[in-house]
Amino acid sequence: MLGLLDRVSPQVLRIGALVAVILLILAFFGTQIDNYYDPRLFVRISTSVAIMALIAVGQALVVITRNIDLSVGSVVGFTAYATGNLVIAHPDLNPLFVVLYAILVGAGFGVVNGVLVAYAKIPSIIVTLGTLALYRTLLVDYSGAKSITTGDLPAWIVELPRINLFSIGGIDIRVTFAVAVLVVIVAHLALTRLRVGRMFYAVGSNPDAAVMAGINSARVIFTAFLISGALAGLAGFMFLSRFGNITVVAGLGFELKSVAAVVVGGVNIFGGSGTVIGTLLGAILVDLLETSLVRWQLVSEFWREAVLGFLILLSVAADTILMRKLLDFRQKRARAEAKAGAEATASRQAAE
Amino acid sequence: MARLKSILFSWEGFLLAILVVTIVINASLSPAFLTVNNQINLFQLSIEKIIVALIMTLIIISGEIDLSVASVMGLAACTFGWLFQLGVPAPAACLIVLVLGLACGAFNAFWITRVGIPSLVVTLAMLIGYRGLARVLVEDRGIGGFPAWFNALGQQPLIGPFPFAMLVFVVLFAILLFVLQFSAFGRKVYVIGNNRDVAAFSGVDVNRVKATLFIASGLISAIAGLLYAARVGAIRGDMASGFELDIITIVLLGGVSIFGGKGSLFGTLLSILIVLNIRNGMALSNITGHIQTGVIGILLIASVLVPNMKAYLGKYLAPAKPQPE
Repeated sequence: MLGLLDRVSPQVLRIGALVAVILLILAFFGTQIDNYYDPRLFVRISTSVAIMALIAVGQALVVITRNIDLSVGSVVGFTAYATGNLVIAHPDLNPLFVVLYAILVGAGFGVVNGVLVAYAKIPSIIVTLGTLALYRTLLVDYSGAKSITTGDLPAWIVELPRINLFSIGGIDIRVTFAVAVLVVIVAHLALTRLRVGRMFYAVGSNPDAAVMAGINSARVIFTAFLISGALAGLAGFMFLSRFGNITVVAGLGFELKSVAAVVVGGVNIFGGSGTVIGTLLGAILVDLLETSLVRWQLVSEFWREAVLGFLILLSVAADTILMRKLLDFRQKRARAEAKAGAEATASRQAAE
Repeated sequence: MARLKSILFSWEGFLLAILVVTIVINASLSPAFLTVNNQINLFQLSIEKIIVALIMTLIIISGEIDLSVASVMGLAACTFGWLFQLGVPAPAACLIVLVLGLACGAFNAFWITRVGIPSLVVTLAMLIGYRGLARVLVEDRGIGGFPAWFNALGQQPLIGPFPFAMLVFVVLFAILLFVLQFSAFGRKVYVIGNNRDVAAFSGVDVNRVKATLFIASGLISAIAGLLYAARVGAIRGDMASGFELDIITIVLLGGVSIFGGKGSLFGTLLSILIVLNIRNGMALSNITGHIQTGVIGILLIASVLVPNMKAYLGKYLAPAKPQPE
């Protein structure tokens, strides 16, 4: 058992811990809420996670490079409106083109953030705090404060969130959720298996060392913001199809929720470590809590937000304390082993 | 002469220049602009944010951040309204709210200094948590009908044309200016912001300084929340939401480095005046709130971009130094 603890990397351990916490939450609410284990719970959470997971993966990439993207909520809002506006004007457009349009609009915003952070060397928190306000202003100006309603949209876009890819024993896997999981898998493989993925971690853990090792850190940071924008754009499209009604406040507050998912998922806020699988689990955890609290009789709807805030803090604290204990434990064992080894050598020498 | 030059080319000098330009433009837009009443009005309409920006300056200089300030403001205002509705006399309710502010600050400080979670994460979670508690207290009601003296604190001129909130601002500015610029505590704040490890090795009790700052931030946010309730004359669960971004924008625009160790309260003061004047100028020209927010966003980015570009261009444009023989 101890041998296993020594061999498992902290990242894997953290993912295991997250899965355990999610199972605990499921078990707890199962005792509190009647008919909790209904396939509909999965559908409800998976459709809303599909949107948040995309944003959180982009956020995770940015945070791994030691930056932050606070503008994602505004990007989601703008792309949702712009895409809705496009399909209303041209209802016969190929759906693939519509999705591509949303991604490109989001990527455009990402480029602006990326240029300012990576090449003009302005701290990302300042740039994205500024563009958070700026992109929202653009949306208000572009939309003229008018909203889009479900009735204006073509049928295919409104029905998209309810389309099943396949079912496993009554649990429906929706297309949007499958797309989000696919993005997570691709991002995970790219980060862990590709050379370019390792560069993200290198830039985040020590920017100076990364530059000395010949990594073009500006390009890596630019890429992170570009991807974050593009994924927020895709999320904007999904937001449009899920809600149908888009106002100027669409996506408000998503930036904080995505940072919460990233942090709960074990990505170090100071860069250099973390996984997108953990981020997906973080997004699921936050969403599961939110959705379950809605149905918990004991907690009125007004308590929901308060409980959520404190639970996010507790889960990060538990993670921080556990990781520290584990690392301390490993260090102590390593030291004890080294000492035992030295004593053994000394006694052998004495015997000779 | 060298001293004058160093002031002119400092960040504060740059802000002062922008301030003068905005004032000149505004004055040409409307003759009402340069009246004392208009200037006081400007201050009063954002006084809550401005007060919190002062303590936020110290927190960011120390290399930390407090995202929960607006939620503490909301929670403070809602707690006051809730207690008042329960029949607690308003002065006692105010006192309880101040203690609550201290408690919120201490709660943040505990997780940051004892458990060792980054302040960005702790205060982000509490941005949601404290806001949630505010909603729990007042649900979706609005509560009003506060005593006249309480509302007067936020609305009526107290000394000459100056309202009570402005007095609070001046006193707080003086106290924090002394603490930051002239006391040993202030030096510790800068040292911690520059290099936390060096500070710890030179015997600075880093955690105590940080805890003090976060507790002060809780208290000042609670005061700001009460002033807001007094000015508006009623409270709601979503009061002051989103204010944290405005407050941080003001501080960063004032030249405080997000990485800590650099900045001053004078910079923050100039930044406050600039933001207020720009908003006022745009209001005078009938430009709506959302566009104003966008312009402030651009200004925030430009405030760092311009000096960066100057340094970059300076490298290429500077005449080659004569080599010593």
